[in-house]
Amino acid sequence: MIYNVSIWAIIIFLTFVAAVLGLSFYFARKTKSAAGYYAAGGNIHWGVNGIAFAGDYLSAASFLGICGMIAYSGYDGFLYSIGYLAGWVVALFIVAEPMKRLGKYTFTDALDARFNSKAIKLTAAISTLIVSIFYLIPQMVGAGDLVVPLLGLPHWVGVVIVGSIVIFIVATAGMTSTTYVQFIKGALLIIFSTILTIYILNNGFTLNPGKDYHKFTTIGVVLEDQKITGTTDPGYVFKESFTVDNSYTFVKTDKGGVDQWFKLSKDSTTLEEVLFITTLENGTKLYNGEPKSAAKFYQVGHLSKIVVDGVEVDKTGPLGPFEFLSTMENSQVVRFAKKEIKAAGTTVWYQNITDGKNMIKPGLLYKISKSTGATPWDRVNFVSLMLALFLGTSALPHILIRYYTVSSQRAARKSTIVAIAAIGFFYILTLYMGLGASVNGVLDVESSNMSGPLLAKYFGIGIFSIISAIAFATVLGTVSGLIVASSGAIAHDFMDKYLNMKMDDKRKVKAGKLAAFGVGLFAILLGILFKGMNVSFLVGLAFSVAASANLPAILFLLFWDKTTAKGIAWSIVTGILSSVILILFSPTMYEKYGLAKAAAPFPIDNPGIISIPLAVIVLVVVSLLTQKHNATKVENYHHDE
Amino acid sequence: MHGPAAKLGKDNAASKKTRLGVILFLFYTLVYGGFVLIGLVNPELMGLHVIGAQNLAIVYGFGLIVLAIIMGFIYNAVCTRMENRLNK
Repeated sequence: MIYNVSIWAIIIFLTFVAAVLGLSFYFARKTKSAAGYYAAGGNIHWGVNGIAFAGDYLSAASFLGICGMIAYSGYDGFLYSIGYLAGWVVALFIVAEPMKRLGKYTFTDALDARFNSKAIKLTAAISTLIVSIFYLIPQMVGAGDLVVPLLGLPHWVGVVIVGSIVIFIVATAGMTSTTYVQFIKGALLIIFSTILTIYILNNGFTLNPGKDYHKFTTIGVVLEDQKITGTTDPGYVFKESFTVDNSYTFVKTDKGGVDQWFKLSKDSTTLEEVLFITTLENGTKLYNGEPKSAAKFYQVGHLSKIVVDGVEVDKTGPLGPFEFLSTMENSQVVRFAKKEIKAAGTTVWYQNITDGKNMIKPGLLYKISKSTGATPWDRVNFVSLMLALFLGTSALPHILIRYYTVSSQRAARKSTIVAIAAIGFFYILTLYMGLGASVNGVLDVESSNMSGPLLAKYFGIGIFSIISAIAFATVLGTVSGLIVASSGAIAHDFMDKYLNMKMDDKRKVKAGKLAAFGVGLFAILLGILFKGMNVSFLVGLAFSVAASANLPAILFLLFWDKTTAKGIAWSIVTGILSSVILILFSPTMYEKYGLAKAAAPFPIDNPGIISIPLAVIVLVVVSLLTQKHNATKVENYHHDE
Repeated sequence: MHGPAAKLGKDNAASKKTRLGVILFLFYTLVYGGFVLIGLVNPELMGLHVIGAQNLAIVYGFGLIVLAIIMGFIYNAVCTRMENRLNK
């Protein structure tokens, strides 16, 4: 997609980045101790911490990923909103106060509080690193996606910019600046998402998203003996036809020396124009038959029918929030589905008319209904996703470390509630932003992640610039938090506690900063490699790894007296290995390797349903086998309160 | 051993708060599980209108989010009262 770059967008964006860096400089002068670097001195106000929680949590996955997924797949994207928010219930009711009570700087501290075990220190530090890196990938991918329309730069440049700024932020000031960056960003994201939703409702629905919206051509087809031999429009000369998956027929034509692809309609009477990208033998990509600079690759997504009170209309005018959903239910949305035509080196996105009622209930992405051809594995995948989302939140190290930035258990609890209210409100907005993006001609089929910001652009360059800058700050803040968590795992858990390097405060902070630098560089590399994947899907995988590796250990530590250090350590190892291996052999990863999805040995994308119970079983069995080691337990904290 | 970054006093309400937390967690898990179960067993139900012109997917989905917020406020109010009473 080619975007026009606005000077205002650049100015607002640079102002945001400068403000974030200024804040870091300010707090850098105040951060001298390890407690200051890793836990902001433990004196952040609960209200600030609650919104900072929201800032941490409403990462690229929430704003970019969920909105994009809803825009392309309707309600199934909203399942992520529901699951992400439900996960906070586990955090509030089960994890928040004990975590605050047990830990010092990191999640490993809390897990190890009863045992002083080297095995826990090592495995929990590795788990923190792996979960954080899984979480870092989508943030960096989102950053790259953002700068393409905002600054007109290539994807990889965006990844490098974010990586560099974040390394600078973390290496200068640690958790204090990260907290305030998250607070400001979290608050702004919620405020401006509300404004964007008001724009969407005020705009209502229209069949014509704008004067520049591309009108897709439909032409007649000439068939002889069930074979396509030509078109009814002499302007389009038939060249070839290809059948994909035994059910979709795509036709290549020539219009004035430029290729134009069509899809044969279901009743085989017409050809419907598609969007397409062809990769030539020399690697050059043609967008709708022409170089990218010709700007012939359009933004899409529109309504083909709007029904209000049983009457078809061209537009609705302003709608209330519930009226918006019921009108969507009675209308028809034109989505764009992707198919690869490998024999022609071409990827097409064809018009897929979808009843509005299917946009506002589950089933378009996660096939769970028999009528959509769901297999038992499809259903298992759905349950596995919902399980990982529910159990993953309270096992995310960068979320858990935020409990150490407040002064008391009461403050930890209150900040969690502020977070739930703020995050819950935002997630309700995601449904409107996603559905709004699906029908206003703003979708970039190459990247679902930009649906939210591009919808903002539809309403004006001002709100687009602000929303994009906030989204960029979102990535900055979340990546900062993840890198603080990772550097804590390396410097505090591994070097100081596991290797027993006996570092003083100053050396501990220095080690943390060096670790932040290393993790930051690695994150940049991964962000470039994973370009093009939906960030919410990627975060879903991070949740699976976190829920498998960390949550069984946390819950059993808190609620089962027979839990041993070896049980925890083996459970963490099992959780990490099983979830990561299953992800690497999943259909989506096989597609990423360039292999057939159907060839993947593990038939579902979300591993939680296998890896979480497996980690629990290993924890219980190993703990029961190593009961004699429990005699050395340091304290049985939850009975001596 | 490790200790919190900020010094914490003894909390006499901790075990009562833990019990309340577990009860509320189990309640929410049941409601959340119901949502997943409908999706799994009879997904067509999600399209049924239940309140006005809104289908079950919207009502249940929004309901889960709003319920989490309401339960959070209730939990905090009860915990704060317990702390004030038991930690004098």
